[in-house]
Amino acid sequence: MVRKDLLDLASLERQEVEEILDQAIPFKDLFQRSVKKVPALKGKTVLMLFYEPSTRTLSSFEVAAKRLSADVTVFDVPHSSVVKGESVKDTIDTLQAMQADYIVVRHQMPGLPGRIARMTGASVVSAGDGAHAHPTQGLLDAFTLREIYPESGKKVLIVGDIRHSRVARSTSTVFRKLGYEVAFLGPGSLVPDVPGIKRFTSFDEAWRWNPDVVYLLRVQKERQGAQYYPSVGEYHKLYGVTEERFRLIADEGKWVMHPGPVNRGVELCDAVMDYERTLINRQVENGIAVRMAVLYLLKPKLARMES
Amino acid sequence: MAVLMDAGEIEKAVDTLAESILGKTTEEVAIVGIRRRGDEVAERVCERLKAAGRSFQFGILDISLYRDDLAHLTENPKLQSSDIPFVVDGAHVILVDDVLFTGRTIRAALDALTDYGRPGKIELAVLIDRGWRELPIQPDYVGKALETERLDEVVVSLRDTDGADAVKLEQKD
Repeated sequence: MVRKDLLDLASLERQEVEEILDQAIPFKDLFQRSVKKVPALKGKTVLMLFYEPSTRTLSSFEVAAKRLSADVTVFDVPHSSVVKGESVKDTIDTLQAMQADYIVVRHQMPGLPGRIARMTGASVVSAGDGAHAHPTQGLLDAFTLREIYPESGKKVLIVGDIRHSRVARSTSTVFRKLGYEVAFLGPGSLVPDVPGIKRFTSFDEAWRWNPDVVYLLRVQKERQGAQYYPSVGEYHKLYGVTEERFRLIADEGKWVMHPGPVNRGVELCDAVMDYERTLINRQVENGIAVRMAVLYLLKPKLARMES
Repeated sequence: MAVLMDAGEIEKAVDTLAESILGKTTEEVAIVGIRRRGDEVAERVCERLKAAGRSFQFGILDISLYRDDLAHLTENPKLQSSDIPFVVDGAHVILVDDVLFTGRTIRAALDALTDYGRPGKIELAVLIDRGWRELPIQPDYVGKALETERLDEVVVSLRDTDGADAVKLEQKD
Protein backbone atom coordinates (compact mmCIF):
# COMPACT_ATOMS: atom_id res chain seq x y z
CA MET A 1 0.00 0.00 0.00
CA VAL A 2 1.40 3.38 -0.98
CA ARG A 3 -0.71 6.16 0.52
CA LYS A 4 -0.04 9.46 2.21
CA ASP A 5 -3.31 9.80 4.11
CA LEU A 6 -6.14 7.79 5.64
CA LEU A 7 -9.32 9.86 5.42
CA ASP A 8 -12.07 7.27 5.05
CA LEU A 9 -12.59 3.60 4.29
CA ALA A 10 -14.97 3.93 1.36
CA SER A 11 -12.10 4.83 -0.99
CA LEU A 12 -9.95 1.85 0.05
CA GLU A 13 -9.89 -1.35 -1.97
CA ARG A 14 -10.76 -4.53 -0.08
CA GLN A 15 -7.21 -5.72 -0.57
CA GLU A 16 -5.82 -2.52 1.02
CA VAL A 17 -8.10 -2.98 4.03
CA GLU A 18 -6.90 -6.56 4.36
CA GLU A 19 -3.29 -5.42 4.12
CA ILE A 20 -3.75 -2.98 7.01
CA LEU A 21 -5.49 -5.65 9.10
CA ASP A 22 -2.78 -8.24 8.33
CA GLN A 23 -0.06 -5.77 9.24
CA ALA A 24 -1.75 -5.05 12.58
CA ILE A 25 -1.19 -8.66 13.71
CA PRO A 26 2.60 -8.37 14.28
CA PHE A 27 1.97 -5.12 16.17
CA LYS A 28 -0.52 -6.84 18.46
CA ASP A 29 2.05 -9.59 19.07
CA LEU A 30 4.44 -6.93 20.43
CA PHE A 31 2.05 -6.33 23.34
CA GLN A 32 3.11 -9.71 24.77
CA ARG A 33 6.70 -8.49 25.21
CA SER A 34 7.89 -6.58 28.25
CA VAL A 35 9.30 -3.91 25.90
CA LYS A 36 6.29 -2.92 23.79
CA LYS A 37 8.11 -0.22 21.88
CA VAL A 38 9.80 -0.49 18.47
CA PRO A 39 11.97 2.18 16.79
CA ALA A 40 10.11 2.36 13.43
CA LEU A 41 9.12 6.06 13.75
CA LYS A 42 12.10 7.23 15.78
CA GLY A 43 12.69 10.95 15.25
CA LYS A 44 9.28 11.47 13.60
CA THR A 45 6.71 13.86 15.00
CA VAL A 46 3.04 13.00 15.33
CA LEU A 47 0.68 15.89 16.03
CA MET A 48 -2.73 15.28 17.50
CA LEU A 49 -5.06 18.01 16.27
CA PHE A 50 -8.29 17.54 18.19
CA TYR A 51 -11.01 20.15 17.67
CA GLU A 52 -13.49 17.93 19.51
CA PRO A 53 -12.91 16.42 22.92
CA SER A 54 -12.07 12.71 22.88
CA THR A 55 -10.25 10.85 25.58
CA ARG A 56 -10.26 7.37 24.13
CA THR A 57 -9.34 7.94 20.51
CA LEU A 58 -6.72 10.51 21.48
CA SER A 59 -5.11 8.19 24.06
CA SER A 60 -5.19 5.26 21.67
CA PHE A 61 -3.39 7.21 18.92
CA GLU A 62 -0.97 8.57 21.50
CA VAL A 63 -0.08 5.11 22.81
CA ALA A 64 0.23 3.81 19.24
CA ALA A 65 2.56 6.63 18.17
CA LYS A 66 4.69 6.30 21.31
CA ARG A 67 5.03 2.53 20.88
CA LEU A 68 6.47 3.35 17.45
CA SER A 69 8.97 5.72 19.17
CA ALA A 70 7.51 8.87 17.57
CA ASP A 71 7.48 12.19 19.40
CA VAL A 72 3.88 13.09 20.16
CA THR A 73 2.43 16.54 20.65
CA VAL A 74 -1.19 17.07 21.54
CA PHE A 75 -2.59 20.23 20.02
CA ASP A 76 -5.69 20.71 22.08
CA VAL A 77 -7.51 23.21 19.89
CA PRO A 78 -10.87 23.80 21.58
CA HIS A 79 -9.11 25.38 24.51
CA SER A 80 -6.55 27.39 22.61
CA SER A 81 -6.60 28.73 19.09
CA VAL A 82 -10.23 28.41 18.12
CA VAL A 83 -11.07 30.57 21.06
CA LYS A 84 -8.53 33.06 19.83
CA GLY A 85 -10.09 33.00 16.35
CA GLU A 86 -7.22 31.31 14.53
CA SER A 87 -8.31 29.79 11.22
CA VAL A 88 -7.65 26.20 10.27
CA LYS A 89 -5.21 27.38 7.60
CA ASP A 90 -3.23 29.36 10.17
CA THR A 91 -3.16 26.35 12.46
CA ILE A 92 -1.83 24.19 9.63
CA ASP A 93 0.88 26.74 8.88
CA THR A 94 1.89 26.58 12.52
CA LEU A 95 2.02 22.78 12.34
CA GLN A 96 4.09 22.95 9.15
CA ALA A 97 6.58 25.14 10.96
CA MET A 98 6.73 22.46 13.66
CA GLN A 99 7.63 19.96 10.90
CA ALA A 100 5.03 17.40 11.76
CA ASP A 101 5.36 14.13 9.84
CA TYR A 102 1.93 12.83 10.78
CA ILE A 103 -1.19 14.79 11.75
CA VAL A 104 -4.12 13.04 13.42
CA VAL A 105 -7.25 15.17 13.07
CA ARG A 106 -10.61 15.14 14.76
CA HIS A 107 -13.11 17.81 13.78
CA GLN A 108 -16.89 18.23 13.79
CA MET A 109 -16.82 19.35 10.15
CA PRO A 110 -17.08 16.51 7.61
CA GLY A 111 -14.21 16.58 5.13
CA LEU A 112 -11.88 18.82 7.11
CA PRO A 113 -9.10 16.19 7.45
CA GLY A 114 -9.11 15.91 3.65
CA ARG A 115 -8.70 19.68 3.29
CA ILE A 116 -5.79 19.61 5.70
CA ALA A 117 -4.26 16.67 3.83
CA ARG A 118 -4.15 18.73 0.64
CA MET A 119 -2.45 21.62 2.44
CA THR A 120 0.42 19.63 3.89
CA GLY A 121 3.01 17.04 2.95
CA ALA A 122 2.48 15.36 6.30
CA SER A 123 0.42 12.18 6.43
CA VAL A 124 -3.07 12.96 7.70
CA VAL A 125 -5.25 10.45 9.53
CA SER A 126 -8.88 11.24 10.27
CA ALA A 127 -9.76 10.46 13.87
CA GLY A 128 -13.39 11.30 13.19
CA ASP A 129 -14.89 14.13 11.15
CA GLY A 130 -18.55 14.96 11.75
CA ALA A 131 -20.81 12.16 10.55
CA HIS A 132 -18.43 11.47 7.64
CA ALA A 133 -15.89 8.89 8.76
CA HIS A 134 -13.91 7.38 11.59
CA PRO A 135 -11.66 5.07 9.59
CA THR A 136 -9.45 3.69 12.38
CA GLN A 137 -12.57 2.79 14.39
CA GLY A 138 -13.87 0.85 11.38
CA LEU A 139 -10.52 -0.88 11.01
CA LEU A 140 -10.23 -1.87 14.65
CA ASP A 141 -13.79 -3.19 14.57
CA ALA A 142 -12.98 -5.20 11.44
CA PHE A 143 -9.78 -6.52 13.03
CA THR A 144 -11.76 -7.61 16.11
CA LEU A 145 -14.52 -9.19 14.03
CA ARG A 146 -11.98 -11.05 11.91
CA GLU A 147 -10.34 -12.45 15.08
CA ILE A 148 -13.58 -14.16 16.10
CA TYR A 149 -14.90 -14.88 12.60
CA PRO A 150 -12.09 -15.17 10.03
CA GLU A 151 -14.63 -16.38 7.47
CA SER A 152 -16.86 -13.75 5.88
CA GLY A 153 -20.63 -14.10 5.56
CA LYS A 154 -21.39 -13.67 9.28
CA LYS A 155 -24.13 -11.23 10.29
CA VAL A 156 -23.67 -8.03 12.30
CA LEU A 157 -26.57 -6.01 13.70
CA ILE A 158 -25.64 -2.36 14.32
CA VAL A 159 -27.97 -0.74 16.87
CA GLY A 160 -28.58 2.93 17.62
CA ASP A 161 -28.54 6.36 16.03
CA ILE A 162 -27.19 5.28 12.66
CA ARG A 163 -27.91 8.56 10.91
CA HIS A 164 -25.60 10.74 13.00
CA SER A 165 -22.92 8.12 13.59
CA ARG A 166 -19.59 8.16 11.78
CA VAL A 167 -18.80 4.91 13.59
CA ALA A 168 -21.84 3.26 12.00
CA ARG A 169 -20.78 4.59 8.62
CA SER A 170 -17.12 3.52 8.73
CA THR A 171 -17.76 0.24 10.50
CA SER A 172 -20.61 -0.88 8.25
CA THR A 173 -18.57 0.12 5.18
CA VAL A 174 -15.58 -1.98 6.16
CA PHE A 175 -17.61 -4.97 7.38
CA ARG A 176 -19.44 -5.12 4.05
CA LYS A 177 -16.24 -4.59 2.11
CA LEU A 178 -14.86 -7.71 3.82
CA GLY A 179 -17.96 -9.73 2.97
CA TYR A 180 -19.89 -9.64 6.26
CA GLU A 181 -23.62 -8.94 6.27
CA VAL A 182 -24.82 -5.80 8.06
CA ALA A 183 -28.25 -4.73 9.29
CA PHE A 184 -29.31 -1.56 11.12
CA LEU A 185 -31.68 -1.29 14.07
CA GLY A 186 -32.87 1.94 15.65
CA PRO A 187 -35.65 4.52 15.85
CA GLY A 188 -37.16 4.95 12.39
CA SER A 189 -36.06 8.57 12.03
CA LEU A 190 -32.45 7.63 12.84
CA VAL A 191 -32.03 4.66 10.50
CA PRO A 192 -31.30 5.71 6.92
CA ASP A 193 -32.14 3.54 3.93
CA VAL A 194 -28.90 2.18 2.53
CA PRO A 195 -29.01 -0.18 -0.47
CA GLY A 196 -27.90 -3.66 0.56
CA ILE A 197 -28.38 -3.09 4.29
CA LYS A 198 -31.45 -4.48 6.05
CA ARG A 199 -33.30 -1.96 8.19
CA PHE A 200 -35.14 -2.83 11.38
CA THR A 201 -37.04 -0.65 13.81
CA SER A 202 -37.99 -3.31 16.35
CA PHE A 203 -35.61 -5.49 18.34
CA ASP A 204 -37.74 -8.64 17.97
CA GLU A 205 -37.83 -8.26 14.22
CA ALA A 206 -34.04 -7.77 14.12
CA TRP A 207 -33.50 -10.79 16.37
CA ARG A 208 -35.33 -13.03 13.92
CA TRP A 209 -32.70 -12.03 11.32
CA ASN A 210 -30.39 -14.08 13.60
CA PRO A 211 -27.27 -11.86 13.88
CA ASP A 212 -23.97 -13.35 15.06
CA VAL A 213 -22.74 -10.05 16.52
CA VAL A 214 -24.69 -7.20 18.12
CA TYR A 215 -22.83 -3.88 17.70
CA LEU A 216 -24.20 -1.19 20.03
CA LEU A 217 -23.57 2.46 19.20
CA ARG A 218 -23.06 4.99 21.94
CA VAL A 219 -26.13 7.11 22.69
CA GLN A 220 -25.38 10.82 22.50
CA LYS A 221 -27.42 12.00 25.44
CA GLU A 222 -27.72 15.51 24.03
CA ARG A 223 -29.87 14.09 21.22
CA GLN A 224 -32.64 12.93 23.55
CA GLY A 225 -35.92 14.74 23.25
CA ALA A 226 -39.00 14.34 21.15
CA GLN A 227 -37.17 14.88 17.89
CA TYR A 228 -35.23 11.57 17.99
CA TYR A 229 -36.29 9.50 20.98
CA PRO A 230 -38.18 10.58 24.09
CA SER A 231 -35.62 9.69 26.79
CA VAL A 232 -32.66 7.43 27.49
CA GLY A 233 -34.92 5.23 29.64
CA GLU A 234 -37.25 4.78 26.73
CA TYR A 235 -34.28 4.08 24.43
CA HIS A 236 -33.08 1.33 26.76
CA LYS A 237 -36.51 -0.30 26.75
CA LEU A 238 -36.80 -0.23 22.96
CA TYR A 239 -33.25 -0.71 21.64
CA GLY A 240 -30.96 -1.38 24.60
CA VAL A 241 -29.70 -4.76 25.72
CA THR A 242 -31.98 -5.20 28.72
CA GLU A 243 -31.58 -8.05 31.24
CA GLU A 244 -34.13 -10.01 29.26
CA ARG A 245 -32.42 -9.48 25.91
CA PHE A 246 -29.05 -10.19 27.47
CA ARG A 247 -30.30 -13.67 28.44
CA LEU A 248 -31.22 -14.26 24.79
CA ILE A 249 -27.76 -13.09 23.68
CA ALA A 250 -25.90 -15.20 26.27
CA ASP A 251 -28.03 -18.32 25.66
CA GLU A 252 -27.21 -18.25 21.97
CA GLY A 253 -23.58 -17.20 22.43
CA LYS A 254 -23.84 -13.99 20.41
CA TRP A 255 -20.96 -11.52 20.54
CA VAL A 256 -21.35 -7.91 21.70
CA MET A 257 -19.34 -4.92 20.45
CA HIS A 258 -19.42 -1.24 21.39
CA PRO A 259 -17.02 1.59 20.46
CA GLY A 260 -17.03 2.95 24.03
CA PRO A 261 -17.42 4.70 26.33
CA VAL A 262 -20.61 2.84 27.29
CA ASN A 263 -23.64 4.34 28.99
CA ARG A 264 -24.64 1.61 31.43
CA GLY A 265 -28.40 1.31 31.64
CA VAL A 266 -28.84 2.92 28.23
CA GLU A 267 -27.22 0.88 25.43
CA LEU A 268 -26.73 -2.11 27.72
CA CYS A 269 -27.36 -3.40 31.22
CA ASP A 270 -24.51 -4.07 33.70
CA ALA A 271 -24.47 -7.84 33.09
CA VAL A 272 -23.26 -7.33 29.51
CA MET A 273 -20.01 -5.78 30.75
CA ASP A 274 -19.03 -9.03 32.53
CA TYR A 275 -20.16 -11.31 29.71
CA GLU A 276 -17.31 -13.37 28.25
CA ARG A 277 -18.35 -12.61 24.69
CA THR A 278 -18.35 -8.84 25.15
CA LEU A 279 -15.51 -7.57 23.00
CA ILE A 280 -15.30 -3.97 24.24
CA ASN A 281 -11.90 -4.27 25.96
CA ARG A 282 -10.51 -6.27 23.08
CA GLN A 283 -11.61 -3.48 20.72
CA VAL A 284 -9.57 -1.03 22.81
CA GLU A 285 -6.45 -3.23 22.69
CA ASN A 286 -6.85 -3.90 18.99
CA GLY A 287 -7.30 -0.17 18.38
CA ILE A 288 -3.70 0.45 19.40
CA ALA A 289 -2.36 -2.29 17.11
CA VAL A 290 -4.43 -1.10 14.15
CA ARG A 291 -3.36 2.53 14.64
CA MET A 292 0.28 1.43 14.83
CA ALA A 293 -0.17 -0.39 11.52
CA VAL A 294 -1.78 2.69 9.94
CA LEU A 295 1.03 5.00 11.06
CA TYR A 296 3.60 2.45 9.88
CA LEU A 297 2.04 2.06 6.42
CA LEU A 298 1.35 5.70 5.59
CA LYS A 299 4.20 7.61 3.95
CA PRO A 300 4.47 11.41 4.35
CA LYS A 301 5.57 13.39 1.29
CA LEU A 302 7.88 15.91 2.81
CA ALA A 303 10.24 18.04 0.77
CA ARG A 304 13.06 17.63 3.25
CA MET A 305 12.95 13.86 2.86
CA GLU A 306 13.85 13.96 -0.81
CA SER A 307 17.34 15.30 -0.31
CA MET B 1 23.16 -14.45 -13.75
CA ALA B 2 26.11 -16.61 -12.84
CA VAL B 3 25.42 -19.51 -10.48
CA LEU B 4 27.71 -19.28 -7.46
CA MET B 5 26.39 -22.25 -5.51
CA ASP B 6 24.09 -25.13 -6.44
CA ALA B 7 21.86 -27.16 -4.11
CA GLY B 8 24.70 -29.51 -3.16
CA GLU B 9 27.05 -26.68 -2.26
CA ILE B 10 24.33 -25.01 -0.17
CA GLU B 11 23.83 -28.30 1.71
CA LYS B 12 27.58 -28.48 2.28
CA ALA B 13 27.66 -24.90 3.59
CA VAL B 14 24.85 -25.73 6.04
CA ASP B 15 26.84 -28.81 7.13
CA THR B 16 29.87 -26.61 7.76
CA LEU B 17 27.75 -24.21 9.84
CA ALA B 18 26.19 -26.97 11.93
CA GLU B 19 29.51 -28.75 12.49
CA SER B 20 31.26 -25.60 13.67
CA ILE B 21 28.38 -24.77 16.02
CA LEU B 22 28.49 -28.35 17.40
CA GLY B 23 32.25 -28.16 17.78
CA LYS B 24 32.34 -24.83 19.55
CA THR B 25 29.32 -24.99 21.87
CA THR B 26 28.61 -27.35 24.73
CA GLU B 27 25.60 -25.91 26.55
CA GLU B 28 22.08 -25.53 25.08
CA VAL B 29 21.91 -22.82 22.41
CA ALA B 30 18.96 -20.87 21.01
CA ILE B 31 18.99 -20.74 17.22
CA VAL B 32 17.22 -17.60 15.96
CA GLY B 33 16.66 -17.15 12.23
CA ILE B 34 16.19 -13.71 10.71
CA ARG B 35 13.30 -13.35 8.26
CA ARG B 36 13.34 -13.95 5.38
CA ARG B 37 15.53 -16.94 4.50
CA GLY B 38 17.57 -16.74 7.69
CA ASP B 39 14.70 -18.65 9.27
CA GLU B 40 15.01 -21.41 6.68
CA VAL B 41 18.79 -21.63 7.09
CA ALA B 42 18.21 -21.81 10.86
CA GLU B 43 15.71 -24.66 10.44
CA ARG B 44 18.23 -26.66 8.42
CA VAL B 45 20.97 -26.07 10.99
CA CYS B 46 18.53 -27.28 13.67
CA GLU B 47 17.81 -30.50 11.76
CA ARG B 48 21.52 -31.30 12.00
CA LEU B 49 21.76 -30.37 15.68
CA LYS B 50 18.82 -32.69 16.31
CA ALA B 51 20.45 -35.50 14.35
CA ALA B 52 23.55 -35.05 16.51
CA GLY B 53 21.39 -35.43 19.63
CA ARG B 54 21.77 -31.84 20.82
CA SER B 55 18.90 -30.02 22.50
CA PHE B 56 18.27 -26.45 21.42
CA GLN B 57 15.68 -23.65 21.36
CA PHE B 58 14.38 -22.16 18.13
CA GLY B 59 13.04 -18.73 17.28
CA ILE B 60 12.31 -16.41 14.35
CA LEU B 61 12.96 -12.68 14.23
CA ASP B 62 11.40 -10.11 11.88
CA ILE B 63 13.62 -7.03 11.96
CA SER B 64 11.60 -4.72 9.66
CA LEU B 65 10.60 -2.33 12.47
CA TYR B 66 14.26 -1.96 13.47
CA ARG B 67 15.67 -1.09 10.05
CA ASP B 68 17.62 2.17 9.86
CA ASP B 69 16.33 3.07 6.38
CA LEU B 70 12.53 3.09 6.86
CA ALA B 71 12.32 6.87 6.41
CA HIS B 72 14.04 6.53 3.01
CA LEU B 73 11.73 3.87 1.60
CA THR B 74 8.70 4.80 -0.50
CA GLU B 75 6.88 1.73 0.79
CA ASN B 76 7.59 0.01 4.09
CA PRO B 77 8.45 -3.71 4.10
CA LYS B 78 5.67 -6.19 4.80
CA LEU B 79 5.82 -7.18 8.45
CA GLN B 80 5.56 -10.69 9.78
CA SER B 81 5.36 -11.73 13.38
CA SER B 82 8.50 -12.60 15.29
CA ASP B 83 8.34 -15.79 17.32
CA ILE B 84 10.66 -16.01 20.30
CA PRO B 85 9.13 -18.80 22.41
CA PHE B 86 11.94 -19.11 24.99
CA VAL B 87 13.30 -16.96 27.81
CA VAL B 88 15.91 -14.68 26.30
CA ASP B 89 17.41 -13.57 29.63
CA GLY B 90 20.71 -15.41 30.05
CA ALA B 91 20.29 -17.51 26.89
CA HIS B 92 23.14 -18.30 24.49
CA VAL B 93 21.62 -17.08 21.21
CA ILE B 94 23.01 -17.77 17.77
CA LEU B 95 21.53 -15.42 15.18
CA VAL B 96 21.29 -17.01 11.73
CA ASP B 97 20.99 -15.23 8.38
CA ASP B 98 21.46 -16.21 4.76
CA VAL B 99 23.87 -13.50 3.57
CA LEU B 100 26.09 -11.19 5.60
CA PHE B 101 26.81 -7.98 3.63
CA THR B 102 26.81 -4.47 5.19
CA GLY B 103 25.94 -5.74 8.68
CA ARG B 104 22.95 -3.43 9.00
CA THR B 105 20.42 -6.26 9.24
CA ILE B 106 22.44 -7.76 12.10
CA ARG B 107 22.59 -4.40 13.88
CA ALA B 108 18.79 -4.27 13.65
CA ALA B 109 18.51 -7.90 14.80
CA LEU B 110 20.61 -7.19 17.89
CA ASP B 111 18.25 -4.35 18.86
CA ALA B 112 15.17 -6.45 18.13
CA LEU B 113 16.46 -9.43 20.13
CA THR B 114 17.48 -7.42 23.17
CA ASP B 115 13.94 -5.98 23.38
CA TYR B 116 12.93 -9.52 24.39
CA GLY B 117 15.45 -9.67 27.23
CA ARG B 118 19.15 -9.73 28.07
CA PRO B 119 20.86 -12.73 26.48
CA GLY B 120 23.93 -14.18 28.18
CA LYS B 121 25.71 -14.29 24.83
CA ILE B 122 24.87 -13.58 21.19
CA GLU B 123 26.79 -15.09 18.27
CA LEU B 124 26.28 -14.82 14.54
CA ALA B 125 26.08 -17.62 11.97
CA VAL B 126 25.70 -16.89 8.24
CA LEU B 127 25.33 -19.19 5.27
CA ILE B 128 27.31 -16.77 3.08
CA ASP B 129 29.71 -13.97 3.96
CA ARG B 130 30.10 -11.76 0.90
CA GLY B 131 32.13 -9.01 2.58
CA TRP B 132 31.68 -5.19 2.31
CA ARG B 133 30.73 -4.42 5.90
CA GLU B 134 29.55 -0.92 6.81
CA LEU B 135 29.44 -1.63 10.54
CA PRO B 136 31.87 -3.33 12.95
CA ILE B 137 30.06 -6.68 12.86
CA GLN B 138 31.75 -10.04 12.18
CA PRO B 139 30.35 -13.58 12.00
CA ASP B 140 31.27 -16.37 14.41
CA TYR B 141 30.24 -19.16 12.03
CA VAL B 142 30.39 -19.02 8.22
CA GLY B 143 29.04 -21.60 5.73
CA LYS B 144 30.96 -20.18 2.81
CA ALA B 145 32.82 -16.94 2.10
CA LEU B 146 32.35 -15.41 -1.37
CA GLU B 147 34.45 -12.78 -3.14
CA THR B 148 32.17 -10.07 -4.54
CA GLU B 149 32.23 -6.52 -5.82
CA ARG B 150 30.48 -3.85 -3.75
CA LEU B 151 27.66 -3.36 -6.29
CA ASP B 152 27.11 -7.06 -7.04
CA GLU B 153 23.87 -8.57 -5.92
CA VAL B 154 24.00 -12.00 -4.31
CA VAL B 155 20.60 -13.63 -4.82
CA VAL B 156 19.84 -16.59 -2.55
CA SER B 157 16.88 -18.87 -3.23
CA LEU B 158 15.96 -21.63 -0.79
CA ARG B 159 13.75 -24.69 -1.18
CA ASP B 160 10.91 -23.83 1.21
CA THR B 161 10.91 -20.07 0.64
CA ASP B 162 11.55 -19.90 -3.11
CA GLY B 163 11.00 -23.41 -4.47
CA ALA B 164 14.62 -24.34 -5.19
CA ASP B 165 18.12 -24.02 -3.74
CA ALA B 166 20.56 -21.73 -5.57
CA VAL B 167 22.91 -18.82 -5.02
CA LYS B 168 23.33 -16.52 -8.01
CA LEU B 169 25.37 -13.44 -8.74
CA GLU B 170 23.95 -10.42 -10.50
CA GLN B 171 26.65 -8.02 -11.61
CA LYS B 172 25.89 -4.31 -11.81
CA ASP B 173 28.04 -1.80 -13.66
